This record gives sequence, C-alpha cells and structure tokens, in this order.
Amino acid sequence: MNPQASAQRGSFRHRLVRKKRMANSNEHNAAGYLFIAPWLIGFFLLTLWPIVRSFYLSFTEYSLLEDPTWVGLGNYSEILFKDELFRTSLGVTFTFVVFSVPVKLFCSLMVAMALNKSIRGINFYRTAIYFPSLIGGSIAVSVLWRNMFDLNGYINHVLGWFHIKGVGWLTNPDTSLGTLVLLNAWQFGSTMVIFLAGLKQIPQDLYESAAVDGAGKVRRFFNITLPMLSPVMFFNLVLGVIGSFQMFTSAFVITNGGPVNSTYMYALFLFEKAFKNYQMGYASALAWILLVIIAALTAINFLMSKYWVFYESEGGRAK
Amino acid sequence: MRGSGFKASHAGSHVMLLATSLLMLYPVFWWLGASLKKNSEMSLPTIWPEQPMWENFTKGWNFSAEYSFTTFFKNTLAMEFWNVLGAIITSALVAYGFGRLQFKLRGFWFSILLLTMMLPGQVTIVPQYIMYNNLGLVNSYIPLILPHFLGGGAFFVFLLVQFIRGIPRELDEAAKIDGASVYGIFLRVIFPLIKPALVTVAIFTFIWSWDDFFGQVLYLSSIEKYTVGLGLRMFVDQFEIQWGQLLAMSLLSILPSVIVFFAAQKHFVEGIATTGIKG
Repeated sequence: MNPQASAQRGSFRHRLVRKKRMANSNEHNAAGYLFIAPWLIGFFLLTLWPIVRSFYLSFTEYSLLEDPTWVGLGNYSEILFKDELFRTSLGVTFTFVVFSVPVKLFCSLMVAMALNKSIRGINFYRTAIYFPSLIGGSIAVSVLWRNMFDLNGYINHVLGWFHIKGVGWLTNPDTSLGTLVLLNAWQFGSTMVIFLAGLKQIPQDLYESAAVDGAGKVRRFFNITLPMLSPVMFFNLVLGVIGSFQMFTSAFVITNGGPVNSTYMYALFLFEKAFKNYQMGYASALAWILLVIIAALTAINFLMSKYWVFYESEGGRAK
Repeated sequence: MRGSGFKASHAGSHVMLLATSLLMLYPVFWWLGASLKKNSEMSLPTIWPEQPMWENFTKGWNFSAEYSFTTFFKNTLAMEFWNVLGAIITSALVAYGFGRLQFKLRGFWFSILLLTMMLPGQVTIVPQYIMYNNLGLVNSYIPLILPHFLGGGAFFVFLLVQFIRGIPRELDEAAKIDGASVYGIFLRVIFPLIKPALVTVAIFTFIWSWDDFFGQVLYLSSIEKYTVGLGLRMFVDQFEIQWGQLLAMSLLSILPSVIVFFAAQKHFVEGIATTGIKG
C-alpha cells in the first residue's frame, strides 16, 4: 500500500459510521459479469472452444483444405506405436527437462541466498543476474548463442588457452542439447527473484534461536532454510517443468532440431506437423498427449510434495 | 546469522556475487564488441575489436534490398502499442471484477482463470490458427493483438487481483457513501491506486510480445508485415551469414526491451515477486 492511500484511509475512516457490508453476497451480478466480460469472451473464444475443437480434431485427418475426416484412434495409435520421431522428440524433451530444471533451481537458490543479505550494491547484482532472463527468450540471444558456441566461436578460443580442443558445440549431436540446457540455465533470473522473495519471508528469529542452540551454517540451511522455502521450491519446480516441456524458440532458431534430431524438442515436432506438413489432426493428437504428460507430471509433483514440502499453517509453528 | 561476525561473510558474498554477475554479463559485453567486429575477429574472446566496423550497423540495417529494419521496428512498435493498451485496460477491468465485486460463480470462474495458466498453449494453437484462417485473419496483426484486449492474459489478471486485494475496502465504502457506483469506484478509487501494478503489466506485456516468436512466425507471412524478430530470422537464413551485421542488428533488437526494463526496473522485479509469492 502506498503512503498516499494510507493517508486517505485515515481521513475517510471517521466518515464510516460503522457502515455494515451488504449481506447479499451476489449484489453485483450484472456489474461483475460486465467487468470480467473481456476475459470471459476470451476464455470461450480462445481457450474453451479451441480445447473442444482440438479434442475433436485429434480423432480426424485435416489439412485445412478439405473437411476433417474421422479416423478414430488412428492418429494416437500411429503416434504411440509407429512414429519414431515422437519417441525421439519425447526423449530429447525429457532429457532437457531432467537436466535444465534442477540446474536452474540449484543456481537460482544459491544466488538468491547470497543476495539475501543487507549488503551494498544489492540492486546492481540483482539487475546483473536478472538481465539475461530479460533478453533470453528473444531470437537475438539465440543468434548470439549460435555464434559463441560455433566451432570457431569464442568459447572454443577460450578453451584453447587451457589446451582443450573444443567441438562445434551445436553441430555435434553429443553436445548440442547440453548447450541448449546451458542457455536455459543462464536465464535463471526470474526463478531467483521468486526464491529471494521466499527467503525474505522466513522469520529471522528461527535462525537466531537455532544459532543459540549451536546449529552451524550447514545445519541451519538444511533444517530451516530448505523446509521453510519448500513451498516456493515446489512452485518453481512445477512451473519449471511445465515451461521446459514447451521450449521452442532456441530449438527452432539455433539448431532447428538438429543435428541428427538431437535437439528435436516436442514443441518443435508439433509445430512442424501442424504448420509445415499441415497435419492438423495429427498435431492436435500430439497436443493432447503433451497435455496428458504435463498433467501427469504435475500430479506426480503434487503427490510427492507431501513428503518434502512443509507448509507452516499445517503442523508448523503457530504465528 | 544477523549477529556480529557477519561482516566477514559479506566479503565472500561479494566475491561470489561479483563473479556470478561477470559470468552472467560477459556474453552481453562480448556481444557489444562483436557487433563491431570483422568476421575474422569474431572468434576472439577480446571484447573490443581492433578497428570498430560501424558500418555493421548501417549495412545490417539495410541487409535486405526491399525492406530495412525501419519497417520491422515500425511494425513491431505499432503492434506493441495496441498490445500494451489492451492489456492495461482490460486486465484492470477484469481484475476489479474478480477482486472486488460479488457475483454468482465468482469463485468458479476465478479457479478456471488460474487453471488456464497451467494449460500448455500447444493445445489451443491449432484450432486458433484454423479459426483465424477461416476468418481470413492470418497474415494480419489481429491474432497477435486480440488476446491482449481479452483480459491480457490470466497471469496479469491474477497479479492485479492480488494487488487490489491489498487495497483497504474502507476506501471503496467511503466512495460509496459519497454516492459512487461500482463503476465510479473503479474509475476514481481502484484504477488510480493500481497504477504501479499496471506499470508491471505494461512492461511484461511489452517484453513478452516482443519475444513472442512463435506467434509471429505463425501469423505473419509477408515481409512487409515482419516484426524485428522475423526480420532477424530472415537474416539468419541467408546463404552466407555476416555475423558482425547480424549481431549488430540483434543487439538493436533487444534495445527497446532493455530501455523499458531500466526505465521501470523497480516495478518490474517487485512485480515478479508479488505474483510468485503473495497468495
């Protein structure tokens, strides 16, 4: 709340002669729907209807030129049992998620801990570390990355000083995906900012009493910071998995899925099926499989969270 | 942790943070220099070239015979104007509805709104494309702008609802006593007070639309309508890549986002924190 508003609040208060709130809980039916109308229209037009339509299309063959033809479970059985590219792209995407999400969580947590102190220049550090996340999604950074990790790029030049012979990082199928993971990890800024906000909410007296009890830094980290931060960690984990699964721009611009399909991400596969081959039905089936996978992973995350996420309100200390 | 003996740990933090910052920013510094380099110098990790090639910028700007980056920047900025305008107005309206008004099924709709944030865009993209195609709107800016006029995205509505809930209800009720309707309360009380959060919405909208490469590739096909991102992509696809020019143009392409970010940096970082945590 800004100071101006608090001041207003004070001056208004004496005029409020214990005015009771209206008892009727639906007093603004018309106005309420009028205000949310833009979102509601958008929801029906751009979300709900497309979902229904996509589900229908996933059982059809449709190339935009003729009407959709019903093929039953044809697309699904083709994808699941015959399509090699489906397995490849799923494998690539899983590998990407498994490496990039933990790396990102680890880096952002470490840096957030270092930033969570009242030290000088905190704004500078925070901005510097956030900066790559600001520009990272752009095609410009994909261009930069492609140049830096080229066989004759500057990364290999630096490695040359240490007598390490570099490869063409993005043209070698063994290293291409790793290079994209690195690009993704470089953008840990927004994850870090969320961790930082979480760290600031941990009551300092917990640390103080632990220190009095003789707990060292490491123990305080594992027994206070991690449990108290676990809901935020969970939030970042769920969003990280969902986001990484849909990774598109860098795979499209930097490597275009290659070499030898080593960076052929699922989102790219889907894009090519839909908008290069115009197999709209097939692409819709791919989208539904993606939805099921993401939903399953999110559900697993939620189930697992019981064992490691600590919520203060349930069984934690009373405030 | 916050007692004595924590000065010494600061030195360690500074070293670590400084090293991290340098590591994070080195590619950016290198980029600045590389935009002025000749192709032969491109592989050197040195930042500044021996002889800065300023013509990388002028030649890159006009790399295509038909259209220069002037067209691409104009197109992108015009699109951004509508996107930001739409997002600010409609996300504020929707958030006020959810944050303050009591109506039937409010809770239900709000949970739907939160759920849509988790929905992968791939599920809706194909039917959306078909719809725009049937309406003859492919190769226009409408598919890119329209969503911003329809609530501006669940994320922003959620952010603003959180913000509005933090505003004391006494303000609304005082205005009501003075005879203001729900519309008057929105215009005279809530809208002015959520300006800081709206700045966040504006910045995010600007940067995300600028980077929304997927949507631009999908919906814009003729070169005269290209955005900066698509212009760059056309540049990358050329037969022999002029890296210096390409990096110079890439650098210019992120400039608007960077300017917007630094102009309102405080709101920006706080905005992320608010959405992520307050719940």
